[in-house]
Amino acid sequence: MATFQEFIQQNEDRDGVRFSWNVWPSSRLEATRMVVPVASLFTPLKERPDLPPIQYEPVLCSRATCRAVLNPLCQVDYRAKLWACNFCYQRNQFPPTYAGISEVNQPAELLPQFSTIEYVVQRGPQMPLNFLYVVDTCMEDDDLQALKESLQMSLSLLPPTALVGLITFGRMVQVHELGCEGISKSYVFRGTKDLSAKQLQEMLGLTKPAAAQAGRGPQQPQVPPSNRFLQPVQKIDMNLTDLLGELQRDPWPVTQGKRPLRSLGVALSIAVGLLECTFPNTGARIMAFIGGPATQGPGMVVGDELKTPIRSWHDIEKDNAKFMKKATKHYEALANRAAANGHIIDIYACALDQTGLLEMKCCTNHTGGYMVMADSFNTSLFKQTFQRVFTKDEQGSFKMAFAGTLEIKTSREIKISGAIGPCVSLNAKGPCVSENEIGTGGTSQWKICGLDPNTTLAFYFEVVNQHNAPIPQGGRGAIQYVTQYQHSSGQRRIRVTTVARNWADAQTQIQSIAASFDQEAAAILMARLAIYRAETEEGPDVLRWLDRQLIRLFMFHLRRSPFLQVFNNSPDESTYYRHQFMRQDLTQSLIMVQPILYAYSFNGPPEPVLLDSSSILPDRILLMDTFFQIVIYHGETVSQWRKAGYQDMPEYENFRHLLQAPVDDAQELLHTRFPMPRYIDTEHGGSQARFLLSKVNPSQTHNNMYAWGQESGAPILTDDVSLQVFMDHLKKLAVSSAA
Amino acid sequence: MCVVGIINYLFIYCWSCKGTRGPPTSGAPPVSGAQNYSQFGQGENQNGPPPMGAPPQRPPVSQPYTPGAVNLPGPQHPYGQRFGAPPVSMQHMTNQMASMQVGSTAPSPAGPGYAPPSVSQAAVSAPYTPAAPPTFPPASTASSQPLPTEALAQAPPHSYYGALPPVQQPFQNAVPTFSSAGPTQPQAPPPVSPQSFPQAPPISQPPFSTAQVHPGPTQSYRGPLPSTQSSFPRPPHPTSQPSAFPAGPPPTSIPSQLPGVMQPQPPVSQPSPYHSGPPTTSTGFPPQVGAPPRPSFPGMQGPPMASQGPPMASQGPPMASQGPPMAQANHILPTQPGMPPGPINASLSGPPPQPGMQGYPPQQNGAFGQVRGPQPGYTGPYPGQPNYGAPPAAPASAPAAPKRLDPDSIPSPIQVIEDDKANKGSEPFTTGVRGQAPPLVTTKFQVKDQGNASPRYIRCTAYNMPCNSDMAKQSQVPLAAVIKPLAPLPPDETPPYLVDHGESGPIRCNRCKAYMCPYMQFIEGGRRFQCGFCNCVTEVPPNYFQHLDHTGKRVDCYDRPELSMGSYDFMTTVDYCKNNKFPQPPAFIFLIDVSYNAVKNGTVGIVCQELKTLLDYLPRENPDVESNIRVGFVTYNKVLHFYNVKASLAQPQMMVVSDVADMFVPLLDGFLVSVSESRVVIESLLDQIPEMFADTRETETVFGPVIQAGLEALKAADCAGKLFVFHSSLPIAEAPGKLKNREDKKLVGTDKEKTLFQPQVSFYNTLAKECVAQGCCVDLFLFPNQYVDVATLGVVPTSTGGSIYKYTYFQAPSDQERFLNDLRRDVQKQVGFDAVMRVRTSTGIRATDFFGAFYMSNTTDVELAGLDCDKTVTVEFRHDDKLSEETGALMQCAVLYTSCSGQRRLRIHNMAVNCCSQLADLYRNCETDTIINFFAKYAYRSVLSSPTKNVRDSLVNQCAQILACYRKNCASPSSAGQLILPECMKLLPVYLNCVLKSDVLQPGADVSLDDRAYLRQLVSTMDVAESHVFFYPHLLPLQKLDVESMALPMAVRDSEERLSRGGVYLLENGLNIFLWVGVSAQQELLQNIFGTPAFSQIDPNMTSLPALDNPFSKRLREIIESVRAQRSRYMKLMVVKQEDKLELIFKHFLVEDKSNSGGASYVDFLCHMHKEIRQLLS
Repeated sequence: MATFQEFIQQNEDRDGVRFSWNVWPSSRLEATRMVVPVASLFTPLKERPDLPPIQYEPVLCSRATCRAVLNPLCQVDYRAKLWACNFCYQRNQFPPTYAGISEVNQPAELLPQFSTIEYVVQRGPQMPLNFLYVVDTCMEDDDLQALKESLQMSLSLLPPTALVGLITFGRMVQVHELGCEGISKSYVFRGTKDLSAKQLQEMLGLTKPAAAQAGRGPQQPQVPPSNRFLQPVQKIDMNLTDLLGELQRDPWPVTQGKRPLRSLGVALSIAVGLLECTFPNTGARIMAFIGGPATQGPGMVVGDELKTPIRSWHDIEKDNAKFMKKATKHYEALANRAAANGHIIDIYACALDQTGLLEMKCCTNHTGGYMVMADSFNTSLFKQTFQRVFTKDEQGSFKMAFAGTLEIKTSREIKISGAIGPCVSLNAKGPCVSENEIGTGGTSQWKICGLDPNTTLAFYFEVVNQHNAPIPQGGRGAIQYVTQYQHSSGQRRIRVTTVARNWADAQTQIQSIAASFDQEAAAILMARLAIYRAETEEGPDVLRWLDRQLIRLFMFHLRRSPFLQVFNNSPDESTYYRHQFMRQDLTQSLIMVQPILYAYSFNGPPEPVLLDSSSILPDRILLMDTFFQIVIYHGETVSQWRKAGYQDMPEYENFRHLLQAPVDDAQELLHTRFPMPRYIDTEHGGSQARFLLSKVNPSQTHNNMYAWGQESGAPILTDDVSLQVFMDHLKKLAVSSAA
Repeated sequence: MCVVGIINYLFIYCWSCKGTRGPPTSGAPPVSGAQNYSQFGQGENQNGPPPMGAPPQRPPVSQPYTPGAVNLPGPQHPYGQRFGAPPVSMQHMTNQMASMQVGSTAPSPAGPGYAPPSVSQAAVSAPYTPAAPPTFPPASTASSQPLPTEALAQAPPHSYYGALPPVQQPFQNAVPTFSSAGPTQPQAPPPVSPQSFPQAPPISQPPFSTAQVHPGPTQSYRGPLPSTQSSFPRPPHPTSQPSAFPAGPPPTSIPSQLPGVMQPQPPVSQPSPYHSGPPTTSTGFPPQVGAPPRPSFPGMQGPPMASQGPPMASQGPPMASQGPPMAQANHILPTQPGMPPGPINASLSGPPPQPGMQGYPPQQNGAFGQVRGPQPGYTGPYPGQPNYGAPPAAPASAPAAPKRLDPDSIPSPIQVIEDDKANKGSEPFTTGVRGQAPPLVTTKFQVKDQGNASPRYIRCTAYNMPCNSDMAKQSQVPLAAVIKPLAPLPPDETPPYLVDHGESGPIRCNRCKAYMCPYMQFIEGGRRFQCGFCNCVTEVPPNYFQHLDHTGKRVDCYDRPELSMGSYDFMTTVDYCKNNKFPQPPAFIFLIDVSYNAVKNGTVGIVCQELKTLLDYLPRENPDVESNIRVGFVTYNKVLHFYNVKASLAQPQMMVVSDVADMFVPLLDGFLVSVSESRVVIESLLDQIPEMFADTRETETVFGPVIQAGLEALKAADCAGKLFVFHSSLPIAEAPGKLKNREDKKLVGTDKEKTLFQPQVSFYNTLAKECVAQGCCVDLFLFPNQYVDVATLGVVPTSTGGSIYKYTYFQAPSDQERFLNDLRRDVQKQVGFDAVMRVRTSTGIRATDFFGAFYMSNTTDVELAGLDCDKTVTVEFRHDDKLSEETGALMQCAVLYTSCSGQRRLRIHNMAVNCCSQLADLYRNCETDTIINFFAKYAYRSVLSSPTKNVRDSLVNQCAQILACYRKNCASPSSAGQLILPECMKLLPVYLNCVLKSDVLQPGADVSLDDRAYLRQLVSTMDVAESHVFFYPHLLPLQKLDVESMALPMAVRDSEERLSRGGVYLLENGLNIFLWVGVSAQQELLQNIFGTPAFSQIDPNMTSLPALDNPFSKRLREIIESVRAQRSRYMKLMVVKQEDKLELIFKHFLVEDKSNSGGASYVDFLCHMHKEIRQLLS
């Protein structure tokens, strides 16, 4: 068997799964002692170009409480045409269509290499995709213009049958009726009054979904249901383009010293309500484009007086953010409604100031939507990120998936504690649900309204096997992930991933357990847990909790990261960072916690260097990738050279190459990353150098004597402890053991 | 002696009056009356003579009256015939009247003549019958009788009116009694009567009996009376009366004259004073008493009665005088015929009539004399008709002593109007003289402003105000001014000058804040001025200083309008603006119902089409400049659609607001736009609206949110403005202000009737308040097919200075023209916004009550969100101290408003009237039309809080008090049987009767609640001219039209008897124009008008006359157009063919006749009024 390293890699590539432990302690007691729980990072839609979807439906275990999917780990009696469920040991008959089954003629789902397999559900109608644009009109004209262009562009990226809708808002909220001749119509709602779905339905004169559903039985594939507000792109392409073109900045006057009145809360509510009335449980994406904070109505996060600034972490700690709780509650309710109907909410917030992402985070975090933060709609950051939302795969389908649910089945010895990621609980109690909740727990099913190939969730498990009931040697624990979702083609698909790990007795096989530890996965899993707790609990407590957990170098960075450290970050920024962390896969997550630093110099090829102030040298160009930013930093000397224009001189072509190298690398990163990172080109002494300086380990600061004034590295003006100090302290603690 | 104030006498028999009141009054009056008379000097002068001397003076009056009476024999016939049913009442009156006169005239000479009248009633039966029958028989008798009964049954409340009809029965009873009593004479009867009454009870009868009976002192009468009374609340009276009667000298008097007749009267009141008079009068009344007359009549009447019916017969004898009359009354003609027996009549009428007649003619020329005049006039027009026979009689009568009350003998509105035209129409009316009553509203005259506001702006009820409240209370004459601040002026009068006092704003009194006006007295060489209202002395600002001339007048007095004119405008400063900031130009918002009903009846298309052109005619101050007014558009059904019509858009944008529970304006920029800038977009919108909703299936509408939407839009734009709401149905959709159908005709006539006039939800009151605060005026155009609850929907319009237009069963082809003309006028007319009106007065009186379409948040400021040139506010004044005769009473009406160009202005109207310490002065200088305007508004408001019947009663009561006070204090002593009216108020009864029987106060079965509520609200903003024609429609005989002259033919009185079967008449009341075509109209006439000579080929559905190329047609159409131009609302033309079913509607406007709804005829009412007065005097 290959090394654990290889095994882990292979597993990740094939199943999108990384476990903290790849050999599981066989009893609850031992598992508890391991500190890091048995947990997995799972990427449900891990890109598998080599995996052809199967055009039939999965075979389920007939036990009502199990309903596990037939998988390669099941024992099969080919003669009796029976299979034994590896979770509940129920023996099941194969369905009639499997009559031809034999050892040599196995269905795909029984082949070991198909531990992950995707089925296409044939029943049911083709579901249309819905895209509902919710557009803020309270913004500067160039911003609005840029946004309008982006939106118009996006129409061309949508499949012609997709339904689109448009809601604009400012002081009022307008739901535009599409496809009408002559006079353009819109329904207008007051921005200060929330409406229930029922009210909305009456006011918009929508026919009840029941009526639409009555005709659902028979196939009506070619005529996807639509209404006046959601129309197929192909039909109203021109109309909508014109409509967008005519969009005006919110006409209501904004007096000096005031913020424009922005009815974001109601606009989102209406968007959610509209889809709720018309397309429940159908993939839909609400895309909210926000140019500032909600300033009136439910969900407002700040008053319209400019003199009162939007809440800061300081205010929040002092309990001085008077709108926060109410707003959060509003958005939470919206998020839950949207999630219940399988609808995604994306938030594209482009403003220099905060926009209330903190309050709105539920909307994206519960529904699997995107949260994008930029300074302006007129930046490439937004434009490209937005464009990238509509990325397509080789088949020409969107990489995004809709209205997913994920269900986990486990062997008896292990139970599910919970999940952390962009999901909501479906409250499916069952035998494999642990009472011990971590994250979103108490269920074995979650709704993940929006999925993309990177969406990664962390699942935490609890070993429940009692110490006195040993598991026989060679026993394996199995976990099955069943992900149902609406493919962007409109099909419903089911992806099933079944994995198994060996049990080991911690007393006798502690070495193998230790060897199976996946440091990276564990780090991210713990980080997620920490962030989850940071979000739900008081900040300092989380740090303390984290300190008590095992600590590694990685943790040093985590403690310093914006995910846990709110100093110097606005609440919105923290929210944004956390949002991304909670849904990215392991690699990206690692970058976020511990940025990568490359050094380019004449001394040799580019090399990764320590994220330390000592790495900052005058003759180097540094390229730092923090996931959110890509910073190119020119050392003092290099920048002087550059200013002197050496790169333009033919004899210094090598310098030009040197300058170009990090830029090329950065471009490569920029192209693959979603959301687009902020691209920063700076130099020694540049104001933007702070992005770098704030990340590196302050091994040299203005007040540590052995570094001060030395040649190497650059001192960082900070009071933060350096890794050295941190480790020293840590050692002390570890030894004292009483902590 | 010959004081200007002329008095008209009417002699009326009490019997005509209700039993209820009649009796008691009659009883008491005598005494007091007598005394009073003696007391009043003036009264005496004129009155004094009355009995005897009076005759000379009265003559005119009496004569006119008498004419009828005199003619009796001949004339009566005609009347009887013509009148048919309606006449009945008339006849009563006439008869009674006649009898009354008779009393006075007593002189036997007249006797013969008179006889007829009194007899007439009785007589009617026999002799006349034949005559009557011809015409009447079918219609008259049948109708008259039946109707009455019905009326009674339906509306017991209308005691008096109802009473009449029943008469028959009562008579019977009465008659018998009478017969018995007859001999005994009144006295006996009275006492008995009470008792007998109880018995008599026959309810139905009672009414009649009451009416007629009352008078009837006799038992028989009482019998009936009581019953009536019993039916009424006041049974007790009877008793009292009886006593009174007995006391009455009757016996004596009676003996002398027609024993029966005379006596009864005497007993009444006058006995002593009037002796002579009394008898006559008394007779008049008494006659009812009947006892006396009966006896005499018996013989006479007897026959008639008999002829009429068995009962009659029986009665006949007893009835003798009264019985018959009564019976006749009912029977009408028949009785009269009976008259011939004449001797009685003669005796009765003889004396009074003659004197009155003769005397009057001279004096009254104006008043009664006119009557005669008119008669002749009438006769002319009517020549053909037999009925008119009366007129001819008139002349005859004139010379001779009149006999009884015939319609021509009672004050004629037409005559009064014509006289006023003749006397005052020729030269300009200058306002410089304080306390000078202006010409009537019906007179065309030019006004020269010389220091008081033109009567076009302000009309007062009294131009001599009582000095103190005691007098005011005693007289009961309402002190009120009808103010139309922005009234349009004819082209030959100068509009108010605009005065600018510079940055400090208009100069005002420091204390009461009155504005600079001609009543400010400059003192101390012009350095200070003393306020004419509160006497406070204020410094003259340096920049306004001017030296005084030797008379104490400022040298620049005539250079400054505010020192020499009654009306002018002030420019104001920012201090006079809301929030201390100059207003934005106002906005017009059109809110169009696009529900199924509205689309179907075509209004949506019509409105949109019309607006396209109409928008070019928005009001502006300078015709050369574009209007500053911005416009906005909303359509709605269950939800509202706002339109963005910003000029930069290629297409209008519709914004739907379906959250009607919480209305708001969805857009600001682009909603209110300038017409010229956004013309293309607006036209595109107006083109598309009808298309968009052509297939709508939405039937439900909202209303409250619609107004809220407009209000919010104005708020958002921070301007005042006007909403034009085009609405079709009851707003039943779920929304604020949702209404339910509460139309319940069962409530009519009950104490709960008032709730029908009240809004059913309070939502609109609150909304109205908000509208006023914003200066949001609402004009409502209704196109209902069924009940829409005008009472509730109208709350906002009527509180914001708006108007309501109602087009029931709107049909585009026939109603479009009317609607469009109204709309055009409404949109184009001059209007001020966000107005506040304040009336300041001299110390001593105070404006205490206000009527009109406005809102008041305190007791002094009248707030009008919108004030257009048609809106009138009536203000009532009360004393809070004494006034002095020297200074008179001053009032200043200041209206602060935003003009259509957005300027903040003040309009000032000053008015000074005299003060008097003599009641006679008060009565000499009143304006009846204005009083009626006030009464109507007062009554129409009262129906909100009191049962309609109470309202009517109190009106009658007040009117009676006014007249009684006059009679008591100003008129010369005369017999109680004489009805004496002040010259200025001689039309008060007829007009008041019109108010009383208007649809609001006494609805017929076919009058919808919506119509009543509509009219109620409509009248509240009417000026005097409008209310005058509304209550007393203008009826023009066209057959006499002189196509050569610009003059209109003289109008005729609103009575069916004035219509000739061969004629064509035009009737207008400010809301409708009818063209009535008689069945035997000349072919040539028809050919000229309709282009067809055949009566049967006239299309009754036509709404406009064919444009024929003949002078007659041209002139007629011109007339119609000019009449329409005078009114604030376009009048739809309806062609009514005689004897067509439509004629019922038309007859409704013949207000001197008895109405289907139970309204009394003029004559009946006059009698009733007399009765009331007598009661008060006793």
